[in-house]
Amino acid sequence: MKTSITRREFLQKSLAGAGIAIAVSITPYGTKLLSAEEAAKEGPDFSPNVWLTITPDDIVHVIVNKSEMGQGVYTSMPMIVADELDADWKQVRMTEALAADKYKDPIWGRQSTGGSTTIRHMYKPLRIAGAAARQMLISAAADIWKVPESECEAYRGTVRHIVTKRSLTFGKLTEKAASIPVPKSPALKSEDKFDLIGSPVERLDVPDKSRGKAMFGIDTFVEGMQYAAIARPPAYGAKPLSFDKDAAMKVRTVSHAVPIPTGIAVCAGTPEGAWKGRDALDVKWDKGIEPGLDTASLEKKFMADLAKEGITARNDGDVKTVLDAAPKTIEATYVLPYLSHATMEPMNCTVAIGPASCEIWVPTQNQTGVLELAEKETGLKPDQIKVHTTYLGGGFGRRFEIDVVEEAVKIAKAAGKPIKLIWKREEDMKHDFYRPANVSRIEGAVDEKGRMTAWSHKIVCPSIFSRVFPGQVKNGIDPAAVEGVRNMEYEVPNLRVEYVRIDTPVPVGFWRSVGSSHNGFTVESFVDEAAHAAGKDPVEFRLGLLKNHLRAYRVLETVAEKAGWAKPLQKAQGRGVAQHMSFGSYIAQVAEVSVDKKDRSIKVHRVVCAVDCGPIVNPAIITAQMRGAIVMGLSAALKEAIAFAKGGVGSSNFDNYPLLRMADVPDIEVHIIKSKDEMGGIGEPGLPPIAPAVANAVFNASGIRVRRLPMKPETVLAAMKKV
Amino acid sequence: MISLEINGKQHSVDVEPDVPLLWVIREHLKLTGTKFGCGIGLCGSCTVHVDGKAERSCQIPVADARGKKITTIEGLPEDHPVKLAWIKEQVPQCGYCQSGQIMQAAALLAVDKNPSDEKIVNTMEGNLCRCGTYPYIKLAIKSAAGKGEKS
Repeated sequence: MKTSITRREFLQKSLAGAGIAIAVSITPYGTKLLSAEEAAKEGPDFSPNVWLTITPDDIVHVIVNKSEMGQGVYTSMPMIVADELDADWKQVRMTEALAADKYKDPIWGRQSTGGSTTIRHMYKPLRIAGAAARQMLISAAADIWKVPESECEAYRGTVRHIVTKRSLTFGKLTEKAASIPVPKSPALKSEDKFDLIGSPVERLDVPDKSRGKAMFGIDTFVEGMQYAAIARPPAYGAKPLSFDKDAAMKVRTVSHAVPIPTGIAVCAGTPEGAWKGRDALDVKWDKGIEPGLDTASLEKKFMADLAKEGITARNDGDVKTVLDAAPKTIEATYVLPYLSHATMEPMNCTVAIGPASCEIWVPTQNQTGVLELAEKETGLKPDQIKVHTTYLGGGFGRRFEIDVVEEAVKIAKAAGKPIKLIWKREEDMKHDFYRPANVSRIEGAVDEKGRMTAWSHKIVCPSIFSRVFPGQVKNGIDPAAVEGVRNMEYEVPNLRVEYVRIDTPVPVGFWRSVGSSHNGFTVESFVDEAAHAAGKDPVEFRLGLLKNHLRAYRVLETVAEKAGWAKPLQKAQGRGVAQHMSFGSYIAQVAEVSVDKKDRSIKVHRVVCAVDCGPIVNPAIITAQMRGAIVMGLSAALKEAIAFAKGGVGSSNFDNYPLLRMADVPDIEVHIIKSKDEMGGIGEPGLPPIAPAVANAVFNASGIRVRRLPMKPETVLAAMKKV
Repeated sequence: MISLEINGKQHSVDVEPDVPLLWVIREHLKLTGTKFGCGIGLCGSCTVHVDGKAERSCQIPVADARGKKITTIEGLPEDHPVKLAWIKEQVPQCGYCQSGQIMQAAALLAVDKNPSDEKIVNTMEGNLCRCGTYPYIKLAIKSAAGKGEKS
């Protein structure tokens, strides 16, 4: 259940005495709790991250400053508040926050959703907000009954007087509670008293999403709006040589045809008018900045860069000496493709600009980015701009980018009318910020006792951060390009990690699990190859390298036990394992596969997953995120690769960029480890282990070592011929 | 003007005959539960019922829908076993593809009250879900068919 309220309305409502409102501000300098009245008096530097109100109708409203893209934050965030508050879950409603300083992430200082951080960043402020409100309600009840606060307790939406069994609902206490000062440091519940946290609470967004009622960005309608469509260059950097504006203007309902930096935009009264108008432009493009760019030329460039010396990202011991002297060395090169996000909801944005206002409806992961862009494009002040975050029909990192917003604002300005811009699937696939391709060469040594003594790992990979957060590129090292390798859990005495940055015209961006989505494959494939070279069992070999890494050790041990690692499989089936830590969570997976003897297609029968993400908020959401990430990772492992041709992207739609469908989905068991360790993320970390677990299982089943993704039948066949 | 019967109501729309039914439903009539995903009939997000059969509305020129009974997710009763099963099994994540999944599943159960696993997979094969909710979809269809298994 979702309500819509602006901050101004919210404050007015709260200040009018229609309940209690609490703002919680958490910054590196401390925590501050204030009533709405106090918050309104605060200066511009005061940035609460949480607003909570309780109204006399017994409804608890939580403003959620994070984007819902399927990962469950519209449920898990209110759960945390409701538990500390001892609210009745049925009373809880969430409202999405507009883009504003007030709603910035307390750690990042920006309002955005990504990096599997929502619960990690918001857990504490949400708990404090709930606890403060609970304490105020208890004080109010004790005052009304003239009894000590210690004799009162909150219970499922009421405050009870334990001695006399009297009780009052939260709604009846709000007027009194509103006059009580917000406690400065409210006592949090002890964890054994949690009622909702740790339970598989049903999601607040599921009923609307099961009835076709959830409003996504593409479902926005604004009075007087036009539809916009864009003719885009087929090759990177291609400029228009000519286009037929008159032909476009003749199409029914077309009102404008205007060049914008990314192409030629057409506006019309209907969506079909905009697309027909766009096609009528018949734009002639030049050949772009690199007309010869195609899949083969890109791979050649990556392979050639393997010969370059990289920047050292980690250097323990003396890798060269140990490798030179080792009795047994192994070497492998892994090749991973560019990937598309392919969110089911294509990119879209709706914009209405007035003389002193700008309103934007967009499925975004990056509210601060959208707001700053709108300020720059319109010259308006932040309080004149409203950014509405709709439901996101998938995000996976794609919606951190604000390219579609920039286009929509520019078109709305040119048209002088509200516009809704919808990308067609072909535009979405050809104009993505792709998961970077990765070519890695790894050399390793094992000694006579089968111990891993050296690991030298060179990564050739484009840089995401140099475009998105250049300040985080230190010594030329892109943190995403080396993540999962530089910080691998395995203890190898001589370990060298080298990074070769490769620049191509292909834009790259965050894609679910980012660097771990490719580096998890190379590390976990190679450690498996090393285990075989050492003549050891793949689980035993890994455990031997993890003796001082309890959490990784424990998930691996758990998954092996739950999967029945030592038990025999059906004939012609193979089992593979992988473990990977990303975003603070430890995941291990075992895959059971068979390889078709005729066409070499891979069938994944069963996946067992163990996860340690520390304290748990909603186990049902954790399980769903693990399953979902495994399916997405399996889709990438078996099917997905962006193709390039004639200087641009060749892939265009689901006919030539297939995604995993139901028939290819294995049984997936998820085991959540009870852990009191530091909290980790949950949206992304389930993805990295699946591709290597499957590749390792393919080796176990067939003796074929596949070092290239996706593992299409022809790739498996080519790998077989090499063996 | 083209006349259409959608969810039991008559609608008259001023569009060219070749406009895909999807855009008429979504953008002209604002029944936004039906989603656009690929435009080439390969993702199933736009699935509606045409005379009781699950069809991809992006592949049907609006003129061809004249005289037919069209049902969208909004026209499927709120207490329809498939909608209820989707809630019970907590199927959706981002939720974008789910209207299409539900319409596809509802059409299946209308003709086969007790579909086999194989039939379910074959019928749902045309519906993509990028969040990977397939295991939950399978479970919900079985649950709606009255033989739900606990996960």
